[in-house]
Amino acid sequence: MDEQVRERIQGEVDGGDVVLFMKGTPVFPQCGFSAAVVQVLNHLNVPFKGINVLEDDSIRQGIKDFSSWPTIPQLYVKGEFVGGCDIIREMFETGELAEMLQTKGVDVQLQA
Amino acid sequence: MSTQRRIEEKLTEAFAPTVLEVVNESHRHAGHAGSPGTGESHFAVRMTSPAFAGLSRIERQRRVYAVLAEELKGPVHALSLSLDGSEGGG
Repeated sequence: MDEQVRERIQGEVDGGDVVLFMKGTPVFPQCGFSAAVVQVLNHLNVPFKGINVLEDDSIRQGIKDFSSWPTIPQLYVKGEFVGGCDIIREMFETGELAEMLQTKGVDVQLQA
Repeated sequence: MSTQRRIEEKLTEAFAPTVLEVVNESHRHAGHAGSPGTGESHFAVRMTSPAFAGLSRIERQRRVYAVLAEELKGPVHALSLSLDGSEGGG
């Protein structure tokens, strides 16, 4: 991967506590899998930054090399890759996601 | 050979699963942007294998992605995975 692209991705990953590389935006996801992760994060009231990979082909390819993970969406918490849609959904259902976020110092509020 | 059959064969060979279900979900995505309209683009896999015991979720999925790398680069646009170690835990 291009070193410049890697640096840009690293900057985005480090740029927030919870960062989601996704297709579309948090308000208008353009893929069902990205939408599912947005829904989970919104449900937990977790503030996050969405990076729309459809706006930049180098990021779209680069993020797959960055994490050695061939699919999008990809969720990062405090700089660490957590997983894609299947993993986030599973972790949400078992309660692990909220627990992990809290352990890492991210505020979580379960909606009543 | 169909893509579905090839996925089943590769996973069986690589993981000797005790449970393997490969579901073609392509029809649910027909007409989406990015859907190639081949009828074999979106799959869901449910698999239990002793090979996953003790591995993290990320590591389980990485192993499946590695086995199906060729398909993911080619005809398969989306692959939904539910993977269990055979110890019964998540």
